[in-house]
Amino acid sequence: MRNRQATKLIFELSQDGRRGAKMPTCDVPRQDVSSLLPAAALSASPPPLPEVAEPDVVRHFTNLSTLNMSVDTHFYPLGSCTMKYNSKRNERLAALPGFSDIHPYQPDETIQGLLQLLYELQEMLAEISGLPAVSLQPAAGAHGELTALMVAAAHFRELGEVRTKVLAPDSAHGTNPASARMAGFDFVTIKSNADGNVDLEDLQAKLDDEVAVFMITNPNTLGLFDCQVNEIANIIHAKGGLIYLDGANMNAILGIARPGDFGADMMHFNPHKTFSGPHGSGGPGAGPICVAEKLGDYLPLPVVTKHDACYRLDFDRAKSIGRVRSFFGNVGVLVRAYCYLRTHGAEGLQQVAENAVLNANYLLSQVKHMLPVPQGDRCMHEFIATASELKKKKGVTAMDLAKRLLDFGFHAPTVYFPLTIAECMMIEPTETESKETLDAFAETLFRITDETKECLQEAPHSTLISRPDEVQAARVPTLKWTPESVHVTDK
Amino acid sequence: MNLEELLYAETHEWVHVVEDNGEKIATVGISAFAVEQLTDLVFMELPQVGTAVEAGNEFGEVESVKAVSPLYSPVSGEIVETNLSLPDNLQTLGEDPYEAGWIIKIKLANEFDLSSLLDHESYQRQCAEEG
Repeated sequence: MRNRQATKLIFELSQDGRRGAKMPTCDVPRQDVSSLLPAAALSASPPPLPEVAEPDVVRHFTNLSTLNMSVDTHFYPLGSCTMKYNSKRNERLAALPGFSDIHPYQPDETIQGLLQLLYELQEMLAEISGLPAVSLQPAAGAHGELTALMVAAAHFRELGEVRTKVLAPDSAHGTNPASARMAGFDFVTIKSNADGNVDLEDLQAKLDDEVAVFMITNPNTLGLFDCQVNEIANIIHAKGGLIYLDGANMNAILGIARPGDFGADMMHFNPHKTFSGPHGSGGPGAGPICVAEKLGDYLPLPVVTKHDACYRLDFDRAKSIGRVRSFFGNVGVLVRAYCYLRTHGAEGLQQVAENAVLNANYLLSQVKHMLPVPQGDRCMHEFIATASELKKKKGVTAMDLAKRLLDFGFHAPTVYFPLTIAECMMIEPTETESKETLDAFAETLFRITDETKECLQEAPHSTLISRPDEVQAARVPTLKWTPESVHVTDK
Repeated sequence: MNLEELLYAETHEWVHVVEDNGEKIATVGISAFAVEQLTDLVFMELPQVGTAVEAGNEFGEVESVKAVSPLYSPVSGEIVETNLSLPDNLQTLGEDPYEAGWIIKIKLANEFDLSSLLDHESYQRQCAEEG
């Protein structure tokens, strides 16, 4: 379906005087707005709202929605993002009025059901992480990183230690250095070794008494479990530092390995990845953190506590770093995470991890003949293939392949991350994909790698917009419609 | 510019040193290989003239559609000039990385030893391995 209308802005569909519905004449006497409000509160002209009929609105947004790729419509192997299927059961449960129709200012006694759910979720996350103190407050994974680093800073302040540095390997998510800087630390990059793991020599060289936290993603962004993690934790702990585990890749080790057992002092979960919360559109995300007992007192306010059979939001915590989010965080995605955990149970979660790893390894075995996998024949939940040889051979890049995949109904894998591998594609199938889907993806990739340079460089051919001008989009972004805006196609 | 006269850092910056009135001035840019790896460039942040830089430390950054990458100083000294027109004409880096695409000029610190840098041949070898 090629729907040109859907590429227009709703403002461009506007016609003067067009309305969604025409009401009967009002039988209440009309009063001029200027007689009701002081002059200072009145706008000189009405806001430039689009004037459209109801079918225009419905068609516009429905058509727009069909131009998108989503987990509900396409295989979505976007590495590091864990685009697993979002069970509709979770949506139904999160929409129950006891969760969705309550007000954040309601007294604790009137929301005992929700508080019990959140308390139990805290307990579950503590069990899965092996770290006993939990805060559900952070609003996203990166916010969890920042919050945990603030907790670490409070801990060192109380100890009277001046520690100014946060370390992380060069394969880390960009959020790690950003969180470190926002929390007031200097950031130092540690090199990866040829295997893609942390280079211990470089770590030793950069380690001193000023190091507060070492941030590690394990399994890392190359899809490898860094088996040195215990040793790294020992090295950091011996210097008085803490280990932060970026939990982006927890899907690979759920119920199998616990970060608290392999040396982590703090970590975050991404409920939208690991616990199948929707990525967007289901409401904002969350990034709950779990920390070691000695750090628990510093967690943000409030924490859900249980006294006898009564649950409450505990604000009486003298050492807490305070609030990091209004009210009680983004509860909707937490409810979905809880439903997911209860649906699977402990055994089911272990199976989730096993199937995620199995699927990734199967796909790796199908892809490596076309695109080499520099880190070898085994991976955890995702793997990195490189188009470097293809680029040398015929000038086709990972980006070209990614764009061409769209024509065949596959969302592109993550490209050009991590930065340590040239021309990389980071492929993460997740546990919810069937062998048939994985085979179809591998076959398509095989077919594409054989196509001509011209065909690939001009891809995608089937989408309404082929390749946006990314340089212009970054340099001169047009983010807001104004009455003076001119649509690109009208120029 | 004769490329074989250039020296390089492992982090893909090139250096060209000339003596001027007894002072050694190093012109610094990034190699054609680096520009190609970065893909389409979007922004560049230049340092202030007068800033002291140390070899291996960041002096600015360049952003492409792929990522933000730090620019590392290959030498130690003081920045005496920056290519102010470059941030608004980033295509120059792709078209002419070794002449018009120069980024900064550094007055070398007296004690700085250029032998820590790679010569053209060693750098080409490094690129072949990375590419």
